[in-house]
Amino acid sequence: MADMQHIPNVKMSAQGVNVLYGEKQAIRDVSIEVDLENVTALIGPSGCGKSTFLRTLNRMNDTVSGARVEGRITLDGDDIYGADMDVVQLRARVGMVFQKPNPFPKSIYENVAYGPRIHGLAHGKADLDEIVEKSLRRAGLWDEVKDRLHESGTALSGGQQQRLCIGRAIAVEPEVILMDEPCSALDPIATARIEELILDLRGNYAIVIVTHNMQQAARVSQHTAFFHLGRLVEQGPTTEIFTNPREERTKDYITGRYG
Amino acid sequence: MSGTMTLFVVVALGAIGWIVARARATRMQAEAGRLATNSLPSQHGWYVALWTALPALVFLAVWANVTPALVLDSVLQAPAAQALPADGFTRSAILGEARAIASGAQAAAFNPQSMTLVEPFRDAARHYGGMGALLAVILAFAGGAYALSRVRPAFTARRRIEKLVMWLLLGASLIAIVTTAGIVGSLLFESMRFFSMVNPLDFLTGLKWSPQSAAMGYGNEDAFGAVPLFWGTIFIGAIIAMVVAIPLGLMSAVYLTQYARPQVRKWMKPTLEVLAGVPTVVYGYFAALTVAPALRSFAAAVGIPGASSESALAAGLVMGVMIIPFVSSMADDSIAAVPQAMRDGSLAMGATTSETIRRVLIPAALPGVVGGVLLAVSRAIGETMIVVMAAGLAANLTLNPFASVTTVTTQMVQLLTGDQEFDSAKTLAAFALGLVLFVVTLLLNIVALRVVKKYREAYE
Ligand SMILES: Nc1ncnc2c1ncn2[C@@H]1O[C@H](COP(=O)(O)OP(=O)(O)OP(=O)(O)O)[C@@H](O)[C@H]1O
Ligand SMILES: [Mg+2]
Repeated sequence: MADMQHIPNVKMSAQGVNVLYGEKQAIRDVSIEVDLENVTALIGPSGCGKSTFLRTLNRMNDTVSGARVEGRITLDGDDIYGADMDVVQLRARVGMVFQKPNPFPKSIYENVAYGPRIHGLAHGKADLDEIVEKSLRRAGLWDEVKDRLHESGTALSGGQQQRLCIGRAIAVEPEVILMDEPCSALDPIATARIEELILDLRGNYAIVIVTHNMQQAARVSQHTAFFHLGRLVEQGPTTEIFTNPREERTKDYITGRYG
Repeated sequence: MSGTMTLFVVVALGAIGWIVARARATRMQAEAGRLATNSLPSQHGWYVALWTALPALVFLAVWANVTPALVLDSVLQAPAAQALPADGFTRSAILGEARAIASGAQAAAFNPQSMTLVEPFRDAARHYGGMGALLAVILAFAGGAYALSRVRPAFTARRRIEKLVMWLLLGASLIAIVTTAGIVGSLLFESMRFFSMVNPLDFLTGLKWSPQSAAMGYGNEDAFGAVPLFWGTIFIGAIIAMVVAIPLGLMSAVYLTQYARPQVRKWMKPTLEVLAGVPTVVYGYFAALTVAPALRSFAAAVGIPGASSESALAAGLVMGVMIIPFVSSMADDSIAAVPQAMRDGSLAMGATTSETIRRVLIPAALPGVVGGVLLAVSRAIGETMIVVMAAGLAANLTLNPFASVTTVTTQMVQLLTGDQEFDSAKTLAAFALGLVLFVVTLLLNIVALRVVKKYREAYE
């Protein structure tokens, strides 16, 4: 049920979210909104709960035994932890790219075709071919692999693998893409390509990216949220966070003075 | 001095060497200072102890093997031995008896002539025993003295002991390999003898197996066609057993790795693995006494012809159950080895758990699973007890699982039990069968290990 009140371009919204691993609280009272126009960057020191929070947005924490999520998270106004939310459907709408590229040990083609096949998005072989090509083009990988679509996806370089994973995620036409440090395993050139790609995708997809790289956050995002010890300390337009943070802790962190 | 006594003395000398060398090294160290000495005092001790004991022990081992021949030689020189009969059989019986009485293993003689040789045997044994003991002790002293003379602060006893330990370990691992080589050698040798009597081609392609008729003098042609045995083995071990074991093993592995809650997994996995520890003879009983009669009455009830109280199905089913833990633990390992990231990647695309298993986990784990299955097959076709008890002896070439078939291992047991001379084609056939079995299981294992290894590399 769409909440009639919500602002049209707010895609996902989290209110008062807590995450507990058993007794241990990893996220405390976090509220944030994600929209289509702005790429949202989550920054903060290691262990502050960025990944944990990101995973609540497509319920990947459900796969962690002992993890518990409290609070309200909505996608287009619908509670994603609500009783009538189909988690499989949710994950098709909220795609995820992981920190380490994780292509399936299948061909490049099969990697991208995986999602469309499962969700029955393609009608016939030609249609599937088209989806694969379109997704790989958007991921900026098509030209490099178009002649070897049937080679194993695991034989690609790290940067290519990560773009393949992005292509794979795009192929199911998600509405939101979550990226958990997508460039941490990549060299500067591959990183630049992926940043380009993110700028490209902006506007069509709501994008949330976790990064440890301040320059990257400044380059690709328009909205930044700073996490510390499981709390959301400060959020706002990226330029503001980077030039004029309100909180001392934020300032220390982005200037590298964080101990 | 008796053999045990000598052994004891040599070891004691080694211990003394250890103490002396250690004391000496300690004193040297005190004089030279800790940094000037290369090794710890106890390492010098070990060096000397090993030099004292090892050569002497090796000598004793060799000596123990050559003395019987030397003793016999000198006994035959004795005047009493000139009266021995020329006939080989009585002659060796008398000599054996005399030897047994001399060593105290036997109290009285059946053949009075043996008594005359007892004294020469005792003399010779005493003579060579004493000689061996003396040589061993001399060797121990010589070795110890040599080693002791080398105890200096700068002497690298530490490194030398390391080297010696390496050789010891190497020797230990060589024993298994050498034994295997010996087994293969004897298999090959006996098989060659068999194949000089029976054409290998007839053996490998013949359809009729009736070694009894060959033993009764009807000639070797047509009696040793082993195809029915190969078929029985494959039918039971590679077909029926695998039809049971592969799906059940795979499904239990999937359940255990993907669905079972930790508490369930905690008791279920060991329970399954206990199956692998049940002695095969127990499975054999179960197959022969419970499963086979049940299958026979079932077959009779539904009117399947040719049902026998010993059936391929009974043996195969029970063998399949026996193999389940094998397949499931290999599959479990390979599925667990598929990185969590694969699983997450699939789930994050909106795949369900069962889709993830079917489309990502099992394909990714497949090589490992295949390796496990091949190992299981190789185990199944070499399995003996179940088929001996439940599969039967009739060498039928049949597709009817309710009929009795026989297997390679069953026939080997048949051919080698009871009174046999070891030079008839009938007994030698067992070695040829063993050779075939060995080659096949070896190939299966090699292929399986390769597949598994290649698969392991895929994720490193
Ligand atoms: N499966 C889990 N079980 C228990 N605790 C966990 C689990 N995953 C994460 N945590 C804990 O939750 C806290 C937040 O972890 P999280 O992975 O979200 O941090 P992060 O901000 O992503 O760190 P990094 O930048 O190093 O990736 C940490 O203290 C971590 O130890
Ligand atoms: Mg993280």
